[in-house]
Amino acid sequence: MGGQFSPPGAARDASREPVTTQQLLVRYAKRGKMRFASHLDVARAFERGVRRAGLPIAYSSGFTPHPKISYAGGAPTGVASEAEYLSLTLTSRTEADAVRERLNAALPDGINVIAVTEDSGGLPASRLTASEWQIDLPGLPPDNVVPVVHKFLALTEAPVERLTSKGLRRMDARAAVVSLDVGHDTGSGTALRMVVQHTSPAVRPDDVLNALRDVSDVFPAGQPLMTRLAQGSLGESGVVQP
Amino acid sequence: MPVESVFPQLEPLLPQIRKPVQYVGGEVNATVKAWDETDVRWALFYPDAYEVGQPNQGIAILYEVLNEQPGVLAERTYSVWPDLEALMRANGVPQFTVDAHRPVGAFDVLGVSFSTELGYTNLLTALDLAGIPLQAADRGITHPVVLAGGHAAFNPEPIADFLDAVVIGDGEEAVLAVTRIVREWKAGGCPGGRDGLLLALAATGGVYVPRFYDVTYLADGRIGRVAPNRPGVPASVRKHTLLDLDAWPYPKAPVVPVAETVHERYSVEIFRGCTRGCRFCQAGMITRPVRERSITTVGNMVKSGLQATGFSEVGLLSLSSADHSEINEIAIDLGDCYENANVGLSLPSTRVDAFNITLADELTRNGKRSGLTFAPEGGSERMRKVINKMVTEEDLIRTVTTAYASGWRQVKLYFMCGLPTETDEDVLAVADLAKKVIAAGRAASGRKDIRCTVSIGGFVPKPHTPFQWAAQCPPEVVDDRLRQLGSALRADKQYGRSVGYRYHDGTPSLIEGLLSRGDRRVGPVIAAAWREGARFDGWTEHFSFERWVAACAQGLADSPVDLAWYTTRERDYGEVLPWDHLDSGLDRDWLWEDWQSSIAPDGAGEVEDCRWTPCYECGVCPAMGTEIQTGPTGDRLDGRRLLPVLATNGR
Repeated sequence: MGGQFSPPGAARDASREPVTTQQLLVRYAKRGKMRFASHLDVARAFERGVRRAGLPIAYSSGFTPHPKISYAGGAPTGVASEAEYLSLTLTSRTEADAVRERLNAALPDGINVIAVTEDSGGLPASRLTASEWQIDLPGLPPDNVVPVVHKFLALTEAPVERLTSKGLRRMDARAAVVSLDVGHDTGSGTALRMVVQHTSPAVRPDDVLNALRDVSDVFPAGQPLMTRLAQGSLGESGVVQP
Repeated sequence: MPVESVFPQLEPLLPQIRKPVQYVGGEVNATVKAWDETDVRWALFYPDAYEVGQPNQGIAILYEVLNEQPGVLAERTYSVWPDLEALMRANGVPQFTVDAHRPVGAFDVLGVSFSTELGYTNLLTALDLAGIPLQAADRGITHPVVLAGGHAAFNPEPIADFLDAVVIGDGEEAVLAVTRIVREWKAGGCPGGRDGLLLALAATGGVYVPRFYDVTYLADGRIGRVAPNRPGVPASVRKHTLLDLDAWPYPKAPVVPVAETVHERYSVEIFRGCTRGCRFCQAGMITRPVRERSITTVGNMVKSGLQATGFSEVGLLSLSSADHSEINEIAIDLGDCYENANVGLSLPSTRVDAFNITLADELTRNGKRSGLTFAPEGGSERMRKVINKMVTEEDLIRTVTTAYASGWRQVKLYFMCGLPTETDEDVLAVADLAKKVIAAGRAASGRKDIRCTVSIGGFVPKPHTPFQWAAQCPPEVVDDRLRQLGSALRADKQYGRSVGYRYHDGTPSLIEGLLSRGDRRVGPVIAAAWREGARFDGWTEHFSFERWVAACAQGLADSPVDLAWYTTRERDYGEVLPWDHLDSGLDRDWLWEDWQSSIAPDGAGEVEDCRWTPCYECGVCPAMGTEIQTGPTGDRLDGRRLLPVLATNGR
């Protein structure tokens, strides 16, 4: 056969040469149709993406080597995001912008890499303690929502329930909400913006919406478009991205 | 006129259902073309869920072959689960393609690939959701031509009422031929209407249009005659055979699913066809002769396929992958090429007697060890002779010893129950075999924690095989033998805990038998079962035997035949079989003699493989104008190569 094989994403053999590793922090988005991808679906897409992109990804040692990619907790299935995080370990230095471009060419549309930075801090829970979310409520005038939000913010507790893989979990949606603002969406509807602390079990934007529904029936049935806008630590003026 | 995407109507339903990502498309390597820039449009339908249908090799090949053509568009559509089906009905969302979410009813051709007869009811769901009349006779010029293919379309008679046309055999060239005819017909202003197109297809001799044939029945229920009912329609329809697989290296860049699917790997079909001659095996009979892909083409396909997909596993597919004339060289060279790339290699179908230490070593390189499955099919030596699966106990013990010594801790063994002439003892012999496998494994590995899983299901006689005349074993007998086998395995103190046991109930097999060897009178049965809710019949949790029994009673009420007549009844030589007018190339007399030979009172006769012994005149090559195409080519991958060793077959 003509030509040499050049295996995609070939890792250097650790026993033969010293490995220079490079740690990269990747911020990516889950948009449009791809918001229906689960966290595991996204992880599989990235594992294939780094191979298609031919990145020198590091592999764990051991019996079944895995690519060294670690993921921060993902936005729920069906929820879009502009601020998901993962970290990559490469075996040779690659320019961060080139990594971003190559990944974007290799990933399905809708899973988009926004930024890649050299960062060896990894993704400990202490780095990502809060998120800013937006819920789009088209057709619902903000004036109808403002009193509901005031009522909610005046509560001392807003218990909600959600069926998780570990069974029915109860949580206090009010306690996790740091701020909740009512704004305009692109039309005449409402965009709810909220900063929510990461708790366990996690309070998700749909939990907050359910708590709001307990206060008022102005919200239409069905799941509206929800988007994570930012994720990071809680600063004076909101969420500070890593 | 452009066709609108139904996604805006679908989108609000997605948060309400399980695994919505399977319906959104947008995968890497998916193709979306502008509707108005094409003139022949195919919707390719796999009648099962996305997770099963997406990895299907046939659809993947045709999707690329068609989309490579200028002016031709092909999109994929899959069965929707009942949760989405209910919402689609409530909200008026039609059956859609996942690529551009176009309504299936707007396409020119709806191509359906049937791997199993248990997908028939899912065809009806899709047609109904698409707004296409279920009965082909009720369709008009605006409806797509519903065209079936795949192994389970070699006897399309049970679904003849619902199909406009059927192609049997290899699809690559056939879909292009159909495309040309559709294009000419449309360009010519649709002469003759819908029948004009179907007549043009039928006239080729390679497309079966059920509506152009009449079936008459004898008073006792047997078929009297199947004959064309208009001029220009051939008495029998030929299967398609692709020669020179190297010229058709598909799929080159298969779709990479975002959703989880049953096979997540880049698969290369290393050869098509099998002439081992196992009498139960429809695939082996209808895909003859053997046509290999050369080691060079396999290497090139793996290289570009991995680059295009990012998969980390390569599957070397065929009906019996270790039988490729250069399988060791392929495995070694791919292993060398991908030594440090964390690419695993798997051989999904490996014959017991073709497995060897080289393959064992190559499959375990990189530490990635895919499952190892062998299919002796019959528990006793006598049984294996009857089915012509000439694998000896020594072969099996030698092979599993190699596997356990190479580090595998678990081996799976597949068997069938209910084979012709089978007795309780033949099935109980599986237990003895399993014990010997564990004993050999413990000795070879020096460990006690090795395991073997026995998996066994009911045998279903299939059309175009020597067993097409056989009586199917009643489910009560199958279930009783499976219970006896389970007791025998569990009762063993020394080995029982090392043997896993999986079995399939006999009742789904009986319905599969009905659908496999049925005739047109089974159509109303399928429609009745579907109306009563039959969906996803291949899935245990959705299958209902009672529903099918009731549907048989209803659909066959006015006929002298019933479920048992179609399944547990042996046929004789003179009976017209429902698929006799569909020509797979197999000589009917050869099939009959092979059937008689298998059940000969003094022991079954053996048929060897024509790749290595002289032709035994099954009839396929002369009837179809084909030839065996095998290596070795003597070539090697990675330019390491040695000179060619042997002349090749015209390569």
